[in-house]
Amino acid sequence: MTAEVESHTVAPAPGDTWTGKLRDRVVRELPPDKLLPDRQPSYVGSWIYVFGVLTIAALLVVVATGVVLTLEGPEWYHISDVGHFFNSLHFWSVQLFFIFMVVHLWGKFWMAAWRGRRAMTWITGVVSFIVSLATAFTGYLMQTNADSQWITFEAKDGLNAVGIGAWFNVTSLGQTMLLHVCTLPLVVGLIVVLHVLLVRKRGVVPPIDAFKNEPAAASDTAEVAS
Amino acid sequence: MSKTKKVDPAAAPWQGPWRKYDILKEGVIALIVVALLSVGLAGVFSSPDEKALTFQGWATSAPDNFFATTVGELAGTTESAGYGPPYNEGGDGVSVGPLNMQKLMGVRNPVNPADDFVITPLSSSQQSQETVDALKAWKDASADQQAAWATAFDDAVQATADEEGVLDLTKVEEGDYGPVPVLAKALTDMATSGAYDGVLLAQDPNGFYQMDHTKQILFMGDGSYLDDFGTVQNLQGNTWGMMNETGSYPGQAWLWLYSFWYQLPVFNAPDDADPASMTAQLSGSADALIFYIMGLLTILLVLLPFIPGVRSIPKWIPLHKLIWRDYYRSIRG
Repeated sequence: MTAEVESHTVAPAPGDTWTGKLRDRVVRELPPDKLLPDRQPSYVGSWIYVFGVLTIAALLVVVATGVVLTLEGPEWYHISDVGHFFNSLHFWSVQLFFIFMVVHLWGKFWMAAWRGRRAMTWITGVVSFIVSLATAFTGYLMQTNADSQWITFEAKDGLNAVGIGAWFNVTSLGQTMLLHVCTLPLVVGLIVVLHVLLVRKRGVVPPIDAFKNEPAAASDTAEVAS
Repeated sequence: MSKTKKVDPAAAPWQGPWRKYDILKEGVIALIVVALLSVGLAGVFSSPDEKALTFQGWATSAPDNFFATTVGELAGTTESAGYGPPYNEGGDGVSVGPLNMQKLMGVRNPVNPADDFVITPLSSSQQSQETVDALKAWKDASADQQAAWATAFDDAVQATADEEGVLDLTKVEEGDYGPVPVLAKALTDMATSGAYDGVLLAQDPNGFYQMDHTKQILFMGDGSYLDDFGTVQNLQGNTWGMMNETGSYPGQAWLWLYSFWYQLPVFNAPDDADPASMTAQLSGSADALIFYIMGLLTILLVLLPFIPGVRSIPKWIPLHKLIWRDYYRSIRG
């Protein structure tokens, strides 16, 4: 009985439990000053850095306006001025999202931002761009207007030609709608979260040639004395 | 004795000076700016919304084209009838060398244009006695007989086209066309009245609920109505239409590279090109080839950090000197 009592009053050693191991790892990989930084290396001082956060801000506006559109259904915006306004907000925030994202992508390319074990940051960024393309595409397919009729008719040929059309039927409004409002945004959101966490974990890439013997590739390493 | 280990200096913690930064403040300001920009753009420019095309609109504005397309569906000469997988066995689909993914995946969304677009809709609603008799004659006939009637009438209808392809149905020559003219006329009348839009929709196997518009899109695409809309709105694929939007609105500009390939003459053979020519063959496989090209480029973009040469471009073309100009100035000083 005493032993039982003791076993409940003695705190488990760190890392003894799944929860403890996870917590320890999260704190180790992403300590609070990395996760929510209030300082940056002095080289982080260009306007190009703004486009990453602008992309995320646009994504939030896209999601928020999209959620409003879901409240009244896909054909609401045809018959309601309010609905049409929210459709316009959704439309323009998507345009802004892609403008910001593409500028961000080009910026990171010219900074060779994959250096210093940041390859996965680059990869998640590119993958989020690709999944965003698919998400926008399904949005265009589910407009339920003449434009979506045209895009559906044209797009089916490209997807059918490579066999994808047999499984992803662009002429099925139900399938494209569910992909657009559920599956694909979820994937985009998860990848973007992962991307941001990787940015926070690895930090902002230093200037090219800031270090001697700096390798060109993400995977290369240099021999240095320690 | 010092030992060596592999270290990537660009991954090392920053040892230089720091600057003040507030990630939360930056995020909030960005959100407000983007929200205001969106409200401004939406308020000033609104957004496009061209009303969906209908079969009634098609049959009303271009009855001869609707009639001729219906005949083509019965004769099996339309794009849908000869499409192949995933809709039917009417064609082989697109091949790239020995690879034909379209055929490999098989018929997953079956569409029989003659039955699904014409016979079943006519049979599922009340018709004149003449149409009822025509339907019976069609159904009682052998497949060969059906094909003979429909093909003969299709040829006769297409023979009335002038140099610009405009049909004149008053000039169709007499012939043994069986019930085909009556069926095509009945479907045109049905579409003109607006009944056809609903009847085609109700064909869904699930009956009451309908979320699949494969048949509607395929049939509408077989005629000139949808194509004319695409041309008027500058949406055709060979005029960068993939990235265009109806009206003057920005479209999917991010598809510029995908759209680019469709502009190349090698993927854009004229209709009268020799089918055996390389250009015609490549154009015939353009949808698959361009998809594969874009797929390959996408993989290269994902794996760019590991591709020798390409990953060094930012070093060779020093735009980074602009981005980090303050830093480089400071280390020079």
